Amino acid sequence: MLTLIQIELYKIFRRPRTYIAFGAIASLILIIQFGLKVDGKSYTDFLMKDIGGSMVIDGNIINGYLICYIMLQLLLVHVPLLVALIAADMISGEANMGTLRLLLSKPYSRTELLLAKFLAATVYTIMLLIWLAILALFLSMWIFGLGDLFLMKSSYVVLINQNDVFWRYAGAFVFAALAMVTVASLGFFLSIFAENSIGPIVATMSVIVFFTILSTLNIPIFNALKPYLFTTHLISWKEFFDLKVNDANEAIIGSIQNPQRIITSALVLLLHIVGFVGGAIFIFNKKDVLS
Amino acid sequence: MQQIVKVTDLSKQFKNLTAVNRLSFSVNEGDVYGFLGQNGAGKSTSIRMMLTLIEPTAGQIEIFGMDLSKHRREILRNIGAVIEKPDVYKYLSAYDNLQLFARLSGIKPTRKQLMEQLEMVGLAQRADDKVKTFSQGMKQRLGIGIALVHNPQLIILDEPTNGLDPQGIADIRNLILHLSRESNKTFVVSSHLLSEIEQIATRVLIIDKGKKLVEGNASELLDPTQTIVELQTFDNAFALQQLKASKWADKVQGHRNNTIVIKLDRREIPSLHTDLANMQIQLLSLQPRHSLEDYFLQVTSGNQHVDTYSN
Repeated sequence: MLTLIQIELYKIFRRPRTYIAFGAIASLILIIQFGLKVDGKSYTDFLMKDIGGSMVIDGNIINGYLICYIMLQLLLVHVPLLVALIAADMISGEANMGTLRLLLSKPYSRTELLLAKFLAATVYTIMLLIWLAILALFLSMWIFGLGDLFLMKSSYVVLINQNDVFWRYAGAFVFAALAMVTVASLGFFLSIFAENSIGPIVATMSVIVFFTILSTLNIPIFNALKPYLFTTHLISWKEFFDLKVNDANEAIIGSIQNPQRIITSALVLLLHIVGFVGGAIFIFNKKDVLS
Repeated sequence: MQQIVKVTDLSKQFKNLTAVNRLSFSVNEGDVYGFLGQNGAGKSTSIRMMLTLIEPTAGQIEIFGMDLSKHRREILRNIGAVIEKPDVYKYLSAYDNLQLFARLSGIKPTRKQLMEQLEMVGLAQRADDKVKTFSQGMKQRLGIGIALVHNPQLIILDEPTNGLDPQGIADIRNLILHLSRESNKTFVVSSHLLSEIEQIATRVLIIDKGKKLVEGNASELLDPTQTIVELQTFDNAFALQQLKASKWADKVQGHRNNTIVIKLDRREIPSLHTDLANMQIQLLSLQPRHSLEDYFLQVTSGNQHVDTYSN
């Protein structure tokens, strides 16, 4: 099994396509960092225009922590596409190249092969998130420095002491990794039905867009569905940045306002991963390979 | 002689299509087993079932004396295959592909061993070139190298000479014959190039519409007493008249498209040649036609070949 995983990782990281995602993330982050470094003041003035008259904020608002938060909000919408590029190609790409039949005539079970491929796709996804963390968090911390994290939510603002931020990012990135692995598992599942890569990649993104629209629509008939849609839970990493407050309405350091929501979301995502991968294994084991 | 493959009543149904219909055959150790049939006859489906790519609807496959459905891993460890096209990872080099598939087959060969393998299939000079720069023939040779890299006992080659130039075809043919004779490897080779099978196969299976038509030793199928000879003469009407009045009358099969067809024992050809001269028949050509291809066409087309020459 270890050999299979090594071989799958070797194949992923020898393909030029793999580095498109790393390059795209690096380009986007560097452009955003450049823009905010050059014209960050205008950006914060724009954000603060509604509340600027009612409160005074001192210190370094445009700091590495805020930049990272802005980038996570922007990029985690698009990272699924970069994940799907690889995950949705894992089986369909082999079928398209014609290597699937040779691979399946080797002395490994189909279950072993699929698990190895999924684990390799998971490693790729996690590496993508680590790359995102290095550039969005650590590079931003280096370029913009540190400070308290000031966030504007829809109806309130959150101010997190700079000493209370880093662990939240660690949690957020771990959760984001889980969310992206869920996307990878969906792409992987769809990959077994096709003999070209484009179909499953487009199908993965279509499912995500479709479910995201259902998740955000505020129509009562769809509300009952929302807790079961994985797209509802993909953004639960934001829960790490909502704090509990005490009676004096002061933020409690080290607290999370609704930790249960994070746990529930993580469980829903895990169930989806198990469902997608289990479904892929079940169907693929019964499939005749005609490619 | 040990039986390497034993297929019993193998069937595969795709919805309304019966691709393979109660097919039974066996392959012995050291055989070069020619697997023949027209397009859609069920050859590839049968080969894919032997490699567990397709689940049989019914029947049993035993390889190395073990049931394939129960001992898949042990069996596949000892099989090398090229299935239809020699598709490999185009973004990797020939050497990297060979190494990758060697590891997938459970072995870790040294660079020297891998280079020897590439040398054997004539790709040592291109070992480090990416496969995307290879011609179809080079990919085919690499596919065969991959099939052989883990030194399997049974090698299944589906159309192994596809895309090869005449020299490449001869090289592959010689390689198969060499490995069969020197290393006692067993080959199952399907090909539409019947002349190739004719030159290498020790035993032959011909299937049509998923059913076995005939199985046997190639030499037995190519019975020399049933050789077809095609004659073209300056005056075919005169030649036919002379032949029907001679001892060859019973052997004349017919006349069509300026060709007189005679069925005889191959050893009678010199005598026929002499008699034609004695009967003052001016001969334009005398073409013995008894190859596996003729036999194949005969059995897969409902004796089409013989009927073609009927009066």
